[in-house]
Amino acid sequence: MVAMAAVTEPGVTETAVSAPAELQAHFDRTLERGRRIEPRDWVPDKYRATMIRQIAQHAHSEIIGMQPEGNWITRAPSLRRKAILIAKVQDEAGHGMYLYSAAETLGADRADLTARLISGRQKYSSIFNYPTLSYADVGVIGWLVDGAAICNQVPLCRSSYGPYARAMVRICKEESFHQRQGYELLLTMMGGTAAQRAMVQDAANRFWWPSLMMFGPPDDQSPNTAQSMAWGIKRHTNDELRQRFVDMTVPQADKLGVTLPDPELRWNDERGHYDFGPVDWDEFMAVVKGSGPCNAERIARRKAADDDGAWVRAAAAAHAAKHKAAGHAEGAA
Amino acid sequence: MDEPQVRSGWPLYEVFLRGKRGLNHVHVGSLHAADPQMALHHARDLYTRRNEGVSIWVVAAADITASSPDEKDPFFAPAGDKVYRHPTFYDIPDDVPHI
Repeated sequence: MVAMAAVTEPGVTETAVSAPAELQAHFDRTLERGRRIEPRDWVPDKYRATMIRQIAQHAHSEIIGMQPEGNWITRAPSLRRKAILIAKVQDEAGHGMYLYSAAETLGADRADLTARLISGRQKYSSIFNYPTLSYADVGVIGWLVDGAAICNQVPLCRSSYGPYARAMVRICKEESFHQRQGYELLLTMMGGTAAQRAMVQDAANRFWWPSLMMFGPPDDQSPNTAQSMAWGIKRHTNDELRQRFVDMTVPQADKLGVTLPDPELRWNDERGHYDFGPVDWDEFMAVVKGSGPCNAERIARRKAADDDGAWVRAAAAAHAAKHKAAGHAEGAA
Repeated sequence: MDEPQVRSGWPLYEVFLRGKRGLNHVHVGSLHAADPQMALHHARDLYTRRNEGVSIWVVAAADITASSPDEKDPFFAPAGDKVYRHPTFYDIPDDVPHI
């Protein structure tokens, strides 16, 4: 059976004739059994809307996420580093495409999603609104930002929505390369000059707190978590994942010789976890609402790419239409 | 702001990959392209960046006819009551070898 992606009419399936209560019961039973929801299954409108928003926001994050590191492709210090960075940024584009493809199986339109990103009606991860000021940022993004993304994304491989879960499996495999290349880059720099070590420390100082913000607001300020967990589209709370990330990362920082910029960070024997200081949620909200250092720049760049590509899309469509017409004419002759 | 008519002029293609010789092509996702050749190139760039495939099929999504994915669909009912199609339906004495 083909998991067909082209159905754009929400809820219009052969089962649409069944009573709503029966459809809801069937949906609930599928989730209770831990089975996946697939394209064209009946789903509650709110599930569809939430899922589209989640996947679109994730896709936008991958696409916007190409920019901070893409800035350094022309200035990578060696051919080896340049090839790695190009491959990584290309992966981010690929991840965005897998995800837009998954969103389309729910009836979303890809051009519409891009329009919503550019007009600010849909968001992307706030982390990409911070600038990349030195080449060490490339390493720290791989280590911390992609490390946080992996923490967030591994549980999503079990998302109740099949196409999203399958995209996440593919993405997580590739993210592992991203994190390791970043950490290796930092290890190399930490083995270099004092100036290089200072660059790494500075980059870690700037990206540590924004990385913790990637997991979203604390649980008591995250009103949608309960519903999302009931629907199997979220598997752990924001605070659980944030703690997991901190526990994972501290030993990596020690090994690297980097000091994470939190005086309250220490092992708590009783809890079996690292304690850490309060995150500045006012900064987070300000960046989400558009006041981050690079919000306007990121969107302007995305819009320029979209505008500059318009003639290519039009030309390719015209070329295809011409050849299709020629093919038909030949066939008719 | 965009030209949705131009972009929606790029149809959706479903992508199938043969991971290696000896395996079937398997559905991996979809993409948009102006024509089948472009779909094939995009599929290579998007789905085989790490040697995931030795052969690619692209099919215009509009050309696919699919059954309803709903498992209670009566479409699959004919197979439901034919347990005699399975080898476990038949009782064979334990001492009969190789069966």
